[in-house]
Amino acid sequence: MSVKTDVNEIFEVKEKKAIKVNSEWKKVKGFALGLIIPAVLLIIWEVAVRFSLLDAYVFPAPTTIVQKIIELANEGTLWGHVGVTFYRVAVGFLAGMVAAVVIGSVVGYFKWFEQLMDPLIQAFRSIPSLAWVPLFILWMGIGEASKVMLIAVGVFFPIYLNIVSGIQGVDRKLIEVGKIHHFTALQTVRRIIFPASLPSFLVGLRSGVGLGWMFVVASELMGASQGLGYLLVVGQNTYSPELIIASIILFALLGKATDFLLKTLEARALKWQDNLQNQF
Amino acid sequence: MLKVENASRTFNNGLAGFKDLSFAIQEGETVGILGTSGCGKSTLLRVLSGLDAGFEGDIVLASLGERPIGMIFQEPRLMPWLTVKENILFGVKDKKSVDVQEYLNLVGLSEFGNHFPKDLSGGMAQRTAIARALIGEPSVLLLDEPFSALDAFTKMQLQDLLLEIQEIRSTTMIIVTHDIDEALYLCDRILILGGQPGRLEGKLSIEEAKPRDRGDSNLAAKKAKILDVLHIE
Repeated sequence: MSVKTDVNEIFEVKEKKAIKVNSEWKKVKGFALGLIIPAVLLIIWEVAVRFSLLDAYVFPAPTTIVQKIIELANEGTLWGHVGVTFYRVAVGFLAGMVAAVVIGSVVGYFKWFEQLMDPLIQAFRSIPSLAWVPLFILWMGIGEASKVMLIAVGVFFPIYLNIVSGIQGVDRKLIEVGKIHHFTALQTVRRIIFPASLPSFLVGLRSGVGLGWMFVVASELMGASQGLGYLLVVGQNTYSPELIIASIILFALLGKATDFLLKTLEARALKWQDNLQNQF
Repeated sequence: MLKVENASRTFNNGLAGFKDLSFAIQEGETVGILGTSGCGKSTLLRVLSGLDAGFEGDIVLASLGERPIGMIFQEPRLMPWLTVKENILFGVKDKKSVDVQEYLNLVGLSEFGNHFPKDLSGGMAQRTAIARALIGEPSVLLLDEPFSALDAFTKMQLQDLLLEIQEIRSTTMIIVTHDIDEALYLCDRILILGGQPGRLEGKLSIEEAKPRDRGDSNLAAKKAKILDVLHIE
């Protein structure tokens, strides 16, 4: 008795094209569904201010806020503020990421280095990052260096933690496959450990960017002459809530944009993952 | 081809692993290693494959090529971020020198070269693993309970695939299994391990020509003999 069958007949592979149209439609529908509640809230807010149910001096109408943003854009100052803030986040993020990648990889790969370094790093992690602010200002003055440093410190920890756990979580069984093929240590890192820990690294990057935006606000509130955080302070001092809310909205947009960028990168790099997101 | 002399590898103060094993394997031969769980079958393969270097005794492998040993594990162990094709080429140094399509055809996955492992069934994933092991043209192919995680039908298909490959390429194979029928269907010779640590308890040659009839009465008689050696009534 010999079982012989054509494999192609027996196994079915998910038919990709047929589902694609369907899933595009589903995406649009899901997106539209998510817009309903914000739209309703905005309308209620606008109406409430127009009928003086809310005090416009405390709670400016959405249209007033949009006008403020347009006004800033027309004046030309908006791009300067946005640019400076974005620049600080970018430099701080890059610095924090590079440090986290270097230290995290070594800690994750070499057990002895983990024993050497990890207790210290964990101790530093338990310090709330904002507590560094006075010290950084003392050391580096109120200029760019202290701001970037604070952002880098904030970005460092989530990326570091994710890299270490990503590397340590690589399946021993896959590493054995490398051993069977007589891989050198470098080959093992490059061809097995790096791709296997990529998902966790990308998660770290995303939470790192989130923290980067958080710390740029903190650092700009402490003292700056430009930037979205500076606009927050100006808004507070000049009793103009529309300026504050306008900056908050700009922060939200920028944060969302960078996260979306990383999310797209993640989806591209990880299309091989067998998870809920990749079902279609 | 492969010669093992007085090899021992024990764990837990000598209560697990195997002890004083000696056997030799000829070129082109398919040898099965049968035994109850904990008798050191898988440890033996890990030692032979070089994954476990802490053994005593001598293991001599003739005709050392670039990649003398191919290994197929119980699980496919594919890299999930590589396509089937890239997985098959995983250990190949000069990727242009080999024809992947030939190996895809050999294991019956001609159309699936560009799929990711997540889109494969268990049987297809194991086929990919077989191709990955074969592409290095190993002198000896080690199989560690290769089909035990598959359903009965897929298992039979893959056993037939292995016989086909054996016929085309006359690969030397060592198959560790706890499935007596599988060993009787595939192997020229069966070594029976038993005890803790495992020792060689019996040897058995099967001369029937392949492919064999799974319901053959001679094989049934041999199965009874094996059960007897393993002290299972």
